[in-house]
Amino acid sequence: MTQLESPSATAGLHRLEVTVNGAAREASVEARLLLVHFLRQELGLTGTHVGCDTTSCGACAVLVDGVPVKSCTMLAVQAQGAEITTVEGLAQGGQLHPIQQAFHEEHGLQCGFCTPGMMLTSVAFLKENPRPTDEEIRFALSGQICRCTGYQNIVKAVQSAAATLEEA
Amino acid sequence: MYPPRFDYLAPASVEEVIEALGEGGGDAKVMAGGQSLIPVLKLRIASVGTIVDLNRVEGLDEIGEEDGRLRIGALVRHVQADRSPLLTKRYALLGATARLVADPLVRNRGTVCGSLAHADPQGDWGSALLAARASAVVRGPEGERTVPVEELALGPFMTTLAPDEVITEVRVPDPGPRASGTYLKLERKVGDFATAAVGVQVSLDNGHVGEVGIGLTGVGATNLRAKAAEDSLRGAEPTDDAIRLAAELAADAAEPQADHRGSVDYKRNVVRVFCERGLRTAISAAQAGEEGRS
Repeated sequence: MTQLESPSATAGLHRLEVTVNGAAREASVEARLLLVHFLRQELGLTGTHVGCDTTSCGACAVLVDGVPVKSCTMLAVQAQGAEITTVEGLAQGGQLHPIQQAFHEEHGLQCGFCTPGMMLTSVAFLKENPRPTDEEIRFALSGQICRCTGYQNIVKAVQSAAATLEEA
Repeated sequence: MYPPRFDYLAPASVEEVIEALGEGGGDAKVMAGGQSLIPVLKLRIASVGTIVDLNRVEGLDEIGEEDGRLRIGALVRHVQADRSPLLTKRYALLGATARLVADPLVRNRGTVCGSLAHADPQGDWGSALLAARASAVVRGPEGERTVPVEELALGPFMTTLAPDEVITEVRVPDPGPRASGTYLKLERKVGDFATAAVGVQVSLDNGHVGEVGIGLTGVGATNLRAKAAEDSLRGAEPTDDAIRLAAELAADAAEPQADHRGSVDYKRNVVRVFCERGLRTAISAAQAGEEGRS
């Protein structure tokens, strides 16, 4: 793993106030701190994964004000005032979110590394398009890379979640 | 990966942005979507003294038609352009481009104007906006100026913009009711840069080609305008021969370099084929518009 440089106490720090998974969080951060590192290291929310770290794989996807973005390609300071949802925010009251249940049931994952990003993007996508075609799901997830599933079961999982969400 | 240290400002007005850029003395950089800037900082290909974030400036996120032209504000994201009902038919070239930039997650953050200002010869907007005859509205300490997109890029990642200038919007002239266009891109995988891409826009005038714009991506030191190809088609009847000739001339205008995405000949061929295909698509869509009116 990459050894991270420790943030200097003397460098210019910026006040950051965000809501993460419904809870207000505050911190003083360096401008160069990436959102993904803020989530993982400052908040301990390690469900957001660092994959390629070069804006290619989407493993680090989180929702910023409901919009899926690559958190390795956004500065934490840019999230000032925003509402962030990470994979830890999907389950409510011990109940898996329908998308989590669907990934579980449809074997939408093997190693699980891409899964948080896949699920968060799917949640945002299904809000906009509750009854998607397989093709539309593939297009919506085309910014994300999975190396185990061959994507087939991910698409099935999103379809299954769509059905569950529509019944709800 | 951490980017090197930099100062960060997020002003609330364009005036303050310009002031911050001036104070940065050439070492400050505007950030809109950050989808190119943050990766190059992380990879330490570039460094900046100060990032001046545009995202807190109000009123730059609009896309609309006004006085016979389309205006795309500096904070309009690719996704917004992709979803805009305006970017169909007459502006179909731009709608098609928006759909093919990077990948869906990057499109949620990256901006049209940011891509243009970044001046990556493999950027999609540069050639689409060349073909569309667009101009950039540029603000600096001396006020505002309008720069045709053709006069913007000097070379890879180099523009005629001064360090304390910022693109506040892009303006695209209305190509008229009997016009259409499209953007064709070959990419090895989603999110990769183009092996080659071609943007075309055509307007028709009494069955003949009126104005025509052809922009090429990834086959030169900047996005290129295929001028000889445009000239050959302007005023001509859009016959198969005329379209094929224009496509040949566009391929001649390409200056590709061989790399892992393909050889020189291969890329030139992609330009030729895509130009021909794009012209056919645009011309038949424009003809449908022409018939629809009569």
